[in-house]
Amino acid sequence: MTEDSESTGLPLFRTWRAVYIFVLGCFVLWVGLLFALALAFR
Amino acid sequence: MSPLDFVVLIGSMVGIALYGLWRTRGVRDLSGYLKGDQKMGWAAIGISVMATQASAITFISTPGQGYESGLGFVQNYFGMPLALVIIAAVFLPIFRRLNVYTAYEFLGRRFDAKTRLLGAALFLVQRGLGAGITIYAPAIILSTVFGWQLSLTILLSGLLVIVYTVAGGSQAVTVTHKYQMAVIFGGMATAFIVLLARLPASLTDALTVAGGFNKLEAVDFSPDIHRRYTFWSGLLGGVFLMLSYFGTDQSQVQRYISGSSLRESRLGLMFNAVFKIPMQFLILLLGVLVFVFYQFERPPVYFNQAAWHARIQQGSAEPFHSLEQRFDAAHAEKQRWIRAWLDARHSGNRTAEAQARAEAVAAHAKSEAVRAEAKAAMEQAPHSGMKSNDADYVFITFILQQLPHGVIGLLVAAFFAAALSSKSAELNALGSTTTIDFYRHIVRRDATDAHYLLASKWFTLLWGLFALAFALFANVMTENLIQAVNIVGSVFYGVVLGLFLVAFFVKQVGGTAVFWAALAAQTLVFVLYARTTIGYLWYNLIGCAACVLFSLLLQALISSTSRPANPLPTSP
Repeated sequence: MTEDSESTGLPLFRTWRAVYIFVLGCFVLWVGLLFALALAFR
Repeated sequence: MSPLDFVVLIGSMVGIALYGLWRTRGVRDLSGYLKGDQKMGWAAIGISVMATQASAITFISTPGQGYESGLGFVQNYFGMPLALVIIAAVFLPIFRRLNVYTAYEFLGRRFDAKTRLLGAALFLVQRGLGAGITIYAPAIILSTVFGWQLSLTILLSGLLVIVYTVAGGSQAVTVTHKYQMAVIFGGMATAFIVLLARLPASLTDALTVAGGFNKLEAVDFSPDIHRRYTFWSGLLGGVFLMLSYFGTDQSQVQRYISGSSLRESRLGLMFNAVFKIPMQFLILLLGVLVFVFYQFERPPVYFNQAAWHARIQQGSAEPFHSLEQRFDAAHAEKQRWIRAWLDARHSGNRTAEAQARAEAVAAHAKSEAVRAEAKAAMEQAPHSGMKSNDADYVFITFILQQLPHGVIGLLVAAFFAAALSSKSAELNALGSTTTIDFYRHIVRRDATDAHYLLASKWFTLLWGLFALAFALFANVMTENLIQAVNIVGSVFYGVVLGLFLVAFFVKQVGGTAVFWAALAAQTLVFVLYARTTIGYLWYNLIGCAACVLFSLLLQALISSTSRPANPLPTSP
């Protein structure tokens, strides 16, 4: 078993690739929310 | 501070240190001392990584950044998620497979001894300087505000962290990090709640006022490289800064290689990749809300009040009283317009709202002009030592003037907890690198495990004493403190990262080429720092790119005479 195919042990994210995509998705979400906050109170 | 505050402060700090000593009393071998026997779970690693990065400066100075400049500083962390993903996917598996004590051992196996020593030396220089700043910075602020003796503040906090870090090593660092972070989060959450309760406006009105003064502009897409914080500098420069810091700085590498498995180490890093940006946002928002609070309450014209009063006593008081009176008038005018602005907003009168808002912004410009005059007057003071940014005193002044006793002690405990948490990880890493990369590699190659354990403790102690000496004799700070730490890091990190990126990804380059390329790249960064005004985050990218590019060029030049490059090592 290679390091990247090793199980993450997480119920929703079975592969490390899925975990990384989730993390980067969270980043996009944070940037979007920060931008929206500035727009809402500009 | 009241006796209750001192009980909270001393009880929590000494209690955590004693607990760390007790929990690590059985550490008897080098692996346990330097890697915590590799038995840490992901939560402990995640918190320890976060605690190592979050120094006292983070919690004292960042709200001041929020107060002065709004949320824009959060962009400094935009590169972190991508950097941590790269480290988890590429760096971490190799560090664990090679079972290294330090990141620089990997450079030795991939290249040669001189490149390993160069990487370790660059780390020791920049982290040694940073260690002095992280102990000095909170001490100067807390001693100024509370009237404590500076040297005593440095010595007490420094000696406490030295004792438990020398005794328990990496395990003590990780064990104490958990409780120190609990104190930090408890303190900051309490400050947030009390601040929200004391705001004379609703949260929506508070955000309206903050937005009106451009304090909520968190994301700036400007391509101007002379602006210090933009989306692009944060994402591109930030990726390189965070790759360098988390991937090559032993104080962080030591935290996550102590995981019980690759999975635990990876999840610890991913925890930080997800939660660091919201955490920094909340700390900055705290500063923004303190700004809003001081739109309704009269703030000091100069937040470092101890220095302000000392300055008045030094010479003629009249110009300073005049500044106070002009500031009072400008602030009163601003307050009137802000109330008119919010009243118009509540009544739905858009025209009156826009007019009142414009008047409030104009009045704010007047009061800021008076503050700028006050700062200039303070900087002209003889023997003032007032080069530190007044923004660093905003949050501590708010705490002291507005929070109840007990909570003040908790917040000061949070600052000390943060100082000790980052300091302990730094000392642990400095001691480890000196022992493994220099002492074991050059001075004594074949000593016993017990000998190296003892040597590690001595080197950790020596670095602790060096940091104390630096803090005791440092007296000039030219930048906001958190920026000073980041600037020192950015000047060195890019080149160190370049060494590692060549090691991981450019297989044809050998040790000699990368060694001289790194020296040339570091020289280039020094020259650019001295001669240009480029935003400091870009030095990470420039240093790294220069190191990689020079390596390729040099390797092409010497490839006919040098031996073939070592392949990427796969086993210990």
